[in-house]
Amino acid sequence: MSTRLLDREFEYVAPNSLADALDLLSAYEGGVKVMAGGTDLLVKLKTGADIPFSILLDTKDITELSFISKCEEGIEIGALTKLCNIDRNTMLSDYHALVEAIPLMASPAVRNMGTIGGNIVNASPAADTACPLMVYDAVLRLSSASGDREVPISKFFTGVSKTVIKDDEMLVSIVLPRVKPDSGSCFIKKTRVKPDISKISVTAYIERDGSAVKACRIAMGAVAPTPIELLGVGDKAFDRVATKELFLELAELAASIIKPIDDIRSTAEYRREISKVLVAQALETAWQRAGGTL
Amino acid sequence: MMKLHNITLTVNGRRYDLAVEPNELLLNVIRDRLHLTGTKYGCGIAECGACSIIANGKLMLACMILAVTASGWDITTSEGLAKDGNLNPVQQAFIDKGAIQCGFCTPGMVVAGTTLLMENNSPTEDEIREYMRGNYCRCTGYTSIVEAIESAAIHMNETK
Repeated sequence: MSTRLLDREFEYVAPNSLADALDLLSAYEGGVKVMAGGTDLLVKLKTGADIPFSILLDTKDITELSFISKCEEGIEIGALTKLCNIDRNTMLSDYHALVEAIPLMASPAVRNMGTIGGNIVNASPAADTACPLMVYDAVLRLSSASGDREVPISKFFTGVSKTVIKDDEMLVSIVLPRVKPDSGSCFIKKTRVKPDISKISVTAYIERDGSAVKACRIAMGAVAPTPIELLGVGDKAFDRVATKELFLELAELAASIIKPIDDIRSTAEYRREISKVLVAQALETAWQRAGGTL
Repeated sequence: MMKLHNITLTVNGRRYDLAVEPNELLLNVIRDRLHLTGTKYGCGIAECGACSIIANGKLMLACMILAVTASGWDITTSEGLAKDGNLNPVQQAFIDKGAIQCGFCTPGMVVAGTTLLMENNSPTEDEIREYMRGNYCRCTGYTSIVEAIESAAIHMNETK
């Protein structure tokens, strides 16, 4: 194995519309790998990942899936929108955690190539855009030649590199519900050097009612086989007055629930210990961004 | 034998018509078929920035792009930065500041430094370090590299 070459043989197709891409996926009945920006897929293929496919479907000409626009529910982001076009888009500036996560990912060159849809469908446990989308209750729009369906992002991931997406389906867009008044969110991640994949990431979201917490959600990356929302943790804050002690209590609870592993980037012990700090920090910042004081 | 695909690349203003296999990487086409060896193979997995190129005005990594994907693209490699025999301000600043040790990362560094100044004509030191985070220098000559980009920005703003 050498990363100098791509040591795989395949056929290549580059349809120039979503309809053509879906027709191809339906006609081939499996054996097709869809490539978005290629920044995850080509690394996996070069480093010998076991990804069975005989046809590579390159989405580079499907320009209709690169957009950020207002929709009935809030904002819709096309699956093939480059990461670099998300964090500077003023329509998204109130989605603090998402906007904050993007510039922390990889490097400018990779963000010019990689797409948000690719980051989601690649389904890394450490996918940095996944947790922000979870706390906003984002919905993924999937299409196939036989129809469309919507899947909440909390139901999309099923394991490491595994999702509910079917062989004949593509992720078309991500729908972000409108930002609620007096709400705030925050994304924090830890890496060894800046462009690294996260050792751990924490996303917190809070809705404020005066000095009390009206809603609170916490999601974490790289502490489970998929990005996860820590269900039940944020709920403990409901209707309570926000204090540093409350956020530390939630952070302790979060640390006791997660089941991180030892891997090349970090250890289970480190991930559990630092989550006690990061969850509290993320909650504090989200609270302040919701207009709250401590 | 995989099916060949006819592609057209514009590299440093010159048009190339090529037939490539689907698994050929843009980096290898640039180096082995166009013989433009300034663009380096470093890590091969989008981490080191040695293969940095400017593609349609954006900083990208040639090791992580299929040649067939790049058909129709307008590409500038480190060889295309100089115009009419004159080095661009970033290249000249790398010489003036001695921002080169072994030189292997240098083509990627000057390409990334050039796109940085295309996007932000007076970056702070923090902004330079942030932008250059994907370009590794294993001689660890980062301080002089940052100084070179700062000095190129000043020079470009003075001569505008």
